[in-house]
Amino acid sequence: MSDTALAPEAAVAPPAALRMELGPAQEAARAAFRAYVDREVAPNAGAWDRAAETPRAAVDALAATGWLGAVVPAEHGGAGMDWVTFGLLNEELGRGCSSIRSLLTVHSMASYAVLRYGSRAQKERWLPRLARGEAIGAFALSEPNVGSDASAVETVAVADGDDYVLSGVKKWTTYGRIADVYLVFAKAEGKPIAFLVERGTPGFEVRPLGGITGTRASMLAELRFDGCRVPKESRIAGPGFGLAVAVSVLEVGRYSVGCGTVGIVRACLDASLAYATRRVQFGVPIAQHQLVQRRLADMATEYRAAHWLCLRAGWLRDAGDPSAAAETFVAKYFASQAATRAALDAVQLHGAHGCSEEYPVERYLRDSRVMEIIEGSTEIQQVTIAGNEIREHERQDSSQ
Amino acid sequence: MSEQEIKGKVREFVSRFVRGHELGEDDDIFATGFVNSMFAMQLVQFVETSFGITCESEDLELDNFRSIGAITRFVERKLGVAA
Repeated sequence: MSDTALAPEAAVAPPAALRMELGPAQEAARAAFRAYVDREVAPNAGAWDRAAETPRAAVDALAATGWLGAVVPAEHGGAGMDWVTFGLLNEELGRGCSSIRSLLTVHSMASYAVLRYGSRAQKERWLPRLARGEAIGAFALSEPNVGSDASAVETVAVADGDDYVLSGVKKWTTYGRIADVYLVFAKAEGKPIAFLVERGTPGFEVRPLGGITGTRASMLAELRFDGCRVPKESRIAGPGFGLAVAVSVLEVGRYSVGCGTVGIVRACLDASLAYATRRVQFGVPIAQHQLVQRRLADMATEYRAAHWLCLRAGWLRDAGDPSAAAETFVAKYFASQAATRAALDAVQLHGAHGCSEEYPVERYLRDSRVMEIIEGSTEIQQVTIAGNEIREHERQDSSQ
Repeated sequence: MSEQEIKGKVREFVSRFVRGHELGEDDDIFATGFVNSMFAMQLVQFVETSFGITCESEDLELDNFRSIGAITRFVERKLGVAA
């Protein structure tokens, strides 16, 4: 070590700004999430996946924890979690079951839309029920012809007196089969607009959608609006601001999905360690084979990287830092790809067992595929992240 | 922050989208044909981050964002309420 090495006290006490660790309340919350997932979620996730359904009892059990009200402040009856704690909840649920984690995602997105952009009457009506899980919320943006280009929605809202009349089709609405209230995006006179639409509204039909590759228990639905009349008071923000609402709400969804995929990476590592230390080939547990160790090392490393990228994005959001949105793109981009790599490695490491429903890793692989498509596909993350970097470079260039 | 400072910041932001077109204070930005539906979202984000205000549900009406003058008056109103 050279004479210029850091003084001992500097080495053991890094600057506070560089310390990233959970607070005691966050650690306690994480332990509670973990215990719940180990007891209630992970042991059942395979059966839910095979049944392509989340049992109502599982939804009610999650609601009973109060965690479905994670993003709703206490004054509206919610859990009022900080974003880091919400991230930990998503990671733990994602470790157990990506379907039920996606329930938390879309429910939180709908809740956040009401909280952030809803009228006082909408907040009073919906937030306490959403927070308790008595009403389930869903996010209805995707359509048969509309995915990444959210500005091109084809669902139409026509003003008629004190109402709007909705016509169009939404597809792949997560937990649409059981939701009570839907955040629906449409166009009114060519301007993007958002509505809260209640289940049971005349002219609104919910059709179950099956045969999906991953998150099979997420109870997808196709929503059909055929002359569906909703009052003007059900608007979320005015005409022209539907996309602003969608983008803001998608930031919450992206963070939730990103953290959830960290849970998939962790689940792949846990399953692979359990298998590799027991499975014997060539006279020794396969964990002793170096090519197997390479896969374990990659999963362990990428888990840590994804975990901290996501929590850092949450920490920035808690701090009100304007870079939080950009960092969430980075975190979700990395974490969702890490989940794919981990799941591929985990299946390979399990051999023929990995291709069987007897082991969870084939489910992790199917679920990870979905994660690279929802809440911004990998390609959308790439162009957004690159665009942010290019703009920052140009800004710095011009200021010199 | 003075009205002129607010207006200057708003004009600078809007000008990035309406290149080569001189906008009058009360010209309808959305009628210029230069902006698309993503612009409303970017405008809301700009107003919130640049002036430290939060746009509530009732604020998100196009009349508050239609022109440089309208945005300036909206920001002034919000800052006045916040003060």
